[in-house]
Amino acid sequence: MPDLLIELFSEEIPARMQTRAADDLRKLVTDGLVEAGLTYAGAAAFSTPRRLTLSIEGLTAESKAVREERKGPKVGAPDQAIEGFLRGAGVAREDLEVRDDKKGQTYFAVIEKPGRMAADIIAEVLENTVRNFPWPKSMRWGDGPLKWVRPLHSILCILSDEAGAQIVPLDVDGITSGNTTRGHRFLSPDAFTVTNFDDYEAKLKRANVVLRADERAEAIWHDATHQAFALGLEVVEDRGLLAEVAGLVEWPVVLLGRIDDAFLGLPPEVLQTSMKEHQKFFSVRNPKTGRIERFVTVANMETADNGATILAGNQKVLSARLSDAKFFWENDLRTVERQGMKAWTDQLANVTFHAKIGNKLGSQAERIERIASLSREIAPHVGAKPDLAEEAARIAKADLASEMVYEFPELQGLMGRYYAQAAGHDDGVPAACEEHYSPLGPSDDVPTGPVSVAVALADKIDTLSIFWAIDEKPTGSKDPFALRRAALGVIRLVVENRTALSIDEIINAWWKKHMSALNECYNFFVLDRPEERENEYGLDKVRVNHGMFSAFPDVDGGNEFSVLCVQTPDADKFIAENSYSLTFVKDGERVIDATQRILPSYWKADLLSFFHDRLKVFLKDKGIRHDIIDACIAMPGNDDLTLLVKRAEALAETLATDDGENLIQGFKRANNILTQAEEKDGVEYSFGADVKFAEDAAEKALFAALDAADAKIAPAMEAEDFSTAMHAMAALRAPIDAFFTDVQVNADSEILRRNRLNLLSRIRNICLSVADLTKIEG
Amino acid sequence: MADKPRSFQEIILRLQTYWASKGCAILQPYDMEVGAGTFHPATTLRALGSKPWAAAYVQPSRRPTDGRYGENPNRLQHYYQYQVLIKPSPPDMQDLYLGSLEAIGIDATLHDIRFVEDDWESPTLGAWGLGWEVWCDGMEVSQFTYFQQVGGHDCKPVSGELTYGLERLAMYVLGVDHVMDMPFNDPQTPIPLTYGDIFKQTEQEYSRWNFDVADTAVLLQHFVDAEAECQRILDAPATDPKTGAKIIMVHPAYDQCIKASHVFNLLDARGVISVTERQAYIGRVRALAKACADAFVQTEAGGAAA
Repeated sequence: MPDLLIELFSEEIPARMQTRAADDLRKLVTDGLVEAGLTYAGAAAFSTPRRLTLSIEGLTAESKAVREERKGPKVGAPDQAIEGFLRGAGVAREDLEVRDDKKGQTYFAVIEKPGRMAADIIAEVLENTVRNFPWPKSMRWGDGPLKWVRPLHSILCILSDEAGAQIVPLDVDGITSGNTTRGHRFLSPDAFTVTNFDDYEAKLKRANVVLRADERAEAIWHDATHQAFALGLEVVEDRGLLAEVAGLVEWPVVLLGRIDDAFLGLPPEVLQTSMKEHQKFFSVRNPKTGRIERFVTVANMETADNGATILAGNQKVLSARLSDAKFFWENDLRTVERQGMKAWTDQLANVTFHAKIGNKLGSQAERIERIASLSREIAPHVGAKPDLAEEAARIAKADLASEMVYEFPELQGLMGRYYAQAAGHDDGVPAACEEHYSPLGPSDDVPTGPVSVAVALADKIDTLSIFWAIDEKPTGSKDPFALRRAALGVIRLVVENRTALSIDEIINAWWKKHMSALNECYNFFVLDRPEERENEYGLDKVRVNHGMFSAFPDVDGGNEFSVLCVQTPDADKFIAENSYSLTFVKDGERVIDATQRILPSYWKADLLSFFHDRLKVFLKDKGIRHDIIDACIAMPGNDDLTLLVKRAEALAETLATDDGENLIQGFKRANNILTQAEEKDGVEYSFGADVKFAEDAAEKALFAALDAADAKIAPAMEAEDFSTAMHAMAALRAPIDAFFTDVQVNADSEILRRNRLNLLSRIRNICLSVADLTKIEG
Repeated sequence: MADKPRSFQEIILRLQTYWASKGCAILQPYDMEVGAGTFHPATTLRALGSKPWAAAYVQPSRRPTDGRYGENPNRLQHYYQYQVLIKPSPPDMQDLYLGSLEAIGIDATLHDIRFVEDDWESPTLGAWGLGWEVWCDGMEVSQFTYFQQVGGHDCKPVSGELTYGLERLAMYVLGVDHVMDMPFNDPQTPIPLTYGDIFKQTEQEYSRWNFDVADTAVLLQHFVDAEAECQRILDAPATDPKTGAKIIMVHPAYDQCIKASHVFNLLDARGVISVTERQAYIGRVRALAKACADAFVQTEAGGAAA
């Protein structure tokens, strides 16, 4: 059976796309071949900067002939139906057979598909693949319509067996297939022919191309670590960079270079970032000092001077970049020494954080002010000193105005830590400058230092609150301000540090503090339930150009206010620009109707439910079912996320036991009987079950069990020891089961019946005190 | 091995000679202030339509925010780009480009030349393309782009565009560390001039003016005026009442677009444009560029039937 070799040779393919593209090539071609009736023994795909290669072994030489019969409409059916059938089957009318069927004479189409030669199928499949390749971004070139990631130059496509190799003829917009390829762009530019995959790979290597990306990566790593080792140094591992660099070269040549002594005083992270981001260099560290002293660059070229010119060039470029970095670093340090971090915090006053929020709340300085006060608020809950938390919050973003971060934005936070240290801050404050951005994702480390936690929480809660207040919530796949990530950050900070914190209380504090500022920068009214308000108060009371409470001075005691209103010179323009639909009343006349509502209570509830949604995702990843989370969210105190998670974990654990699972059934049964009886009788059976009316042993035992459970559960719940409470609850399983087996609830005696229903309500109450088990599925 | 050039101007001259030998029309710089060689109508407009095109030119370019009073070794508010545009992009565009490096003394057997992914996008021109930044020993020496869209129009055929940052490239070839120290003419001549002899003072003057002195009220008015004039020109009927001929005044209109773009850059350097306004201004320039592109494809040079 023949082997197939395909190579698509193009101009340089972006490194980040190569691996995926090789996979796609393998999948598209093999799927196409199989669909057309061929089989194969194995397939492997490869990529270099200039080629995608696919090798398929043991391909069948031709597809089998296929005969297919299709039943059509009855003879005498409308022409339309027959035409449709002909189109679908791809046959002509005269080719139809008429056969006797159960329902009478019926048309049958017999479709004969002859077997096809592998080469024909390959040509078709490959052309299709090239024309429809799923590049993340593709382009046209010259005057053709063909699209590829960069101009496609040649297609190698051969079938080979013992008898030799044969070109699979193929023409895609003038690119005809052949049996030749080229080697390295500079070292071996000439074309050569190949006969099969082994020949191809060997000849490529002679032509200075290592076909396999993992082989290139391995060679790079091997050479780099050996060269470093010889100097008593070690290469800083970076898998991502290694993969990228392996995609930038066909013939890796590792060169170890020196970093000028003048730059060794820079923070190692600055060296690493600058070298990696801009130059794709690996950092080489002195294990004794931890300092970055050398770099490794990977060239795609062997030269007569053994890379001396290349290395000198790279060193020069690096020096230019590091001179910049050093200049910024020294300037920044001078600034900090002279004025502390204040120089920069002042500058941030002029920087816009988000324009829609307005000048008042939208500047970085205002934002920092808010985060500082919120950090104070949160500090006691996370074991931080309020003064330190505030101090850290005030300088945590100062480095955004430093020269270094302006030039290297990816160093934000880290530079903050260095500069805060230099400015004499201590006691966890410098660490908070770096860590308050964390965690940045689901796998990022969560800070544990109390000051860091306080500021990190304040930063994220402020961001969420302000965007909720202006109704810039994430929708669908759109989350431009990474609010989902911020909410997940809050969850992980709280839960992983086992912090007891009422999110509701914190948001309340935020809101109370900033409502008047929001009022000032919002030139509009926001009405809750406008229709009701209209009836209740009459919208004529609302005036443009009034302060916040003047419209409804008597509403909700001033804390929960229903109207947010401020001055606007031009209501129509504002609405047009902000796409809110609101009610404005001028001089007693309603001018625009309101439909949009952002009342604090609504707004807060919405933000809290956003947290709950993110928590569900977070817990689902930890294997906790969504109905378990729902059962816990339905309980009071659900804005304390740590509590909520503890409850959910305990419930999940309980439900995983045999007792727990069966208890749910018992609970549901009790609840159903009770609900039906309550509906029928029109009363609520809530208390008054008395053991003196208990007749049956199982009934008496249940009384005793419930008493015992009560005695355990109440104090455990008090102590938030959900595990104990739920174990006690699960222990009810046996007595409940026995009760239902032995006792008839709907007894003839009304006294007994009522007593038993009241007994069931004790089951319900006990269970519901732990979690809302009605939400549990199954 | 190619012999080394000795001065900035020799590098320019060699590029001119090389691209002339490859069939490009060697154009002169456009006589207006632009931020990059791409703005020259020989690129922006000629990348549109079906007519073949091959041109190369030096374009003085201005980026007011990059001014450093002549102190920074690599940054200038006024610098030179070398620009090549060939339509349709020839199959050997990469080889042609590598030939130009050889022409200015970069020996490909001794250096490490790499094509590193870099997608190009110009929000102001409503243009994008795919290509690379070309690295020589780790330094970016050129931008290489296959234009896909300009002014919102698909480029058919596709143009291949090359942009060389001349100062940086020349500093590398000549082995100079500070741009102001670079020999502009041959250092062996009786009157040798460095880049600094010619541009140090102007960098200082323009840096001061760009950052602190330019009259923002006047500039804002210039922007509005240029915008209005561009639209007015394009709104004029295609048929000239005086000659009776069809004359769509694309280039005069496009001049106004260029002007608006540069005024925007000046305003940006003066720090009077906020983050949100920025987007709005860019959108306004893009609208002008798009209108000019729309008009150009109606003209003979833009491929419309005469």
